[in-house]
Amino acid sequence: MFSLELLLNALVAGILLGGFYAAVSLGISMAFGLLDVVNIAHPVFVMLGAYAAYIMNVRLGFDPILTGVLFTPLFYGLGVLLYRVYYASFERKGAESLRGLVFFFGVLFIVEVSLLLAFGVDYRLVEAPYIGESLRIGSVGIAFRLLVPCVVGVALTGALYLFLSRTFYGRAIQAVAQDAFALRLMGANPFRVKGIAFGLAIATAALAGALLIMIGPVEPAMNREYIGRVFAVAVLGGMGSIGGTLVAALILGIAESLTATFSGPSWSVAVSFGVLLFALAVRPAGLFGR
Amino acid sequence: MAGRTFAALAVVVVAAGLAVTGLGVNQYYYFAAYVVLQYVVLATAWNILGGYTGYVNFGTPAFFALGAYTAVVLIQSMKAPLVVQLLGGAAVAGVLGLGIGYLTLRLRGVFFSIATLALAVVLQTLFVNWEYTGGARGITLARPATTPLGGSYVEYLFVVMLVLTVIAVATAWWIEHSWVGRGLAAIRDNEEAAECMGVPTLRLKLVATTVSGLLMGLAGGSFPYYLTFIEPASVFDLNYAVNSLAMPMIGGSTTWMGPVIGAILLGTAQQVATVTISSALNLLIVGVILVAFVILAPEGIVGLVQRLARRGRA
Repeated sequence: MFSLELLLNALVAGILLGGFYAAVSLGISMAFGLLDVVNIAHPVFVMLGAYAAYIMNVRLGFDPILTGVLFTPLFYGLGVLLYRVYYASFERKGAESLRGLVFFFGVLFIVEVSLLLAFGVDYRLVEAPYIGESLRIGSVGIAFRLLVPCVVGVALTGALYLFLSRTFYGRAIQAVAQDAFALRLMGANPFRVKGIAFGLAIATAALAGALLIMIGPVEPAMNREYIGRVFAVAVLGGMGSIGGTLVAALILGIAESLTATFSGPSWSVAVSFGVLLFALAVRPAGLFGR
Repeated sequence: MAGRTFAALAVVVVAAGLAVTGLGVNQYYYFAAYVVLQYVVLATAWNILGGYTGYVNFGTPAFFALGAYTAVVLIQSMKAPLVVQLLGGAAVAGVLGLGIGYLTLRLRGVFFSIATLALAVVLQTLFVNWEYTGGARGITLARPATTPLGGSYVEYLFVVMLVLTVIAVATAWWIEHSWVGRGLAAIRDNEEAAECMGVPTLRLKLVATTVSGLLMGLAGGSFPYYLTFIEPASVFDLNYAVNSLAMPMIGGSTTWMGPVIGAILLGTAQQVATVTISSALNLLIVGVILVAFVILAPEGIVGLVQRLARRGRA
């Protein structure tokens, strides 16, 4: 079964998949890594983004990426709103850890079941002229349905990295992650800064969802596999490090692709959780830990 | 509640359960009551770790399914009787619980919760790929032709689940009223401080995770004969994770009564809603109620009643 050609193809597919995983994980790296908000509902917002892309594609013929970009302001608003509820109910009272977790678990469940009620369990997919195309370099095939999400994912990662390191608000978000109290002493409002950051985290889900449905058909319960993936990437990447997120996402993508190629696709879901358990047990600070 | 009152209540509950079998009513009622009782066991088991100790477990399906699949293996390999299935399921899930307990050495709070969720997904993948227990397609199991008590097999299973419920709730009651419960509460409130005061935190956590896992496995042990069909997608269903956590949260997570009240209310409501509305919509309702309670009444129904009673007295 083993051949160099197969290995090479699996590696390339893994790298492409990794770029996409980065896009899905950025939101959790920000919310969980930087803000300490355990939003395990993040993957379900990615699903929401995927279904938004589906609706716009089927009804109006919009390109999924265009929909992803168009929906980011809406998702940003949703994120700010969600953070307000979270803040008022848990964070302000200092009861965030466990009850906050249960809260997001409930949100996950509500959104998933709502999607189920609206779209059913059938797999949905989008159409765009480039999705079926592919490129061949020697014996290695590069499918556009993987290449485009990878390019967009890497671009999104770069944009977020620049935003966090170069702009005023980006630096304020980094500051609130380091020491919210000190930020308050500087006269800034941590609540507002965290609201903006959480809004951005959810906004990335709109685009990530569009990429998800481009890669393959989606159904509402799919978000659960991504819970393991995004947390594995966030922890392995070092909690809030954007560069680390990309590296960890690439590692996970390659590991999954190799597993799927050589042991069968049904095992690839377990890979992310294996990576997560391993990372938590051996090096909880991640590869690029603060 | 004093020990003697509690024991008397337990006897009355089992006697009442025996009395309602053989009434000749529609078999569906036993079928539905079994599910509600199963939720009482799962919610009580979850609460021993989640409510008493403060470790949120998202992996209820893992323990429940492990109990069910152990029973499947026992049926497949040696046609084991129901009692052996239950004990086997409980033992294997208990061992998994013990393993999870050691995990708490390194993983606290959120990381523990994510790890339990991870565990459920990894186990599901294992069973999807294991052909002996039917793989992803699932496996059909035939019930024995006769029942020890006479009457239908569903009635018999109902009585068995009632006994398991009493065992689970009695365990929770005992923990709550013993030094173990006080130790667990100390861990929940502040693990470092408890350790410094000489509370054997690791040993107590191991007790909590093992007992919790064991009871979940016990509930799963009779599931193959109940449904006569087992597949990974249905036994690893996220609904078990949400319900076993929502029920104590809604009932009140600091007393044994909380999960019982939550499970009976929510479980019955879901059974009714599944028949009258739709199964997807009733899950939506569970989610909304859970979020509402977590935000508005974190101490649950029991806490609300206690607060009202205190206000009434003052």
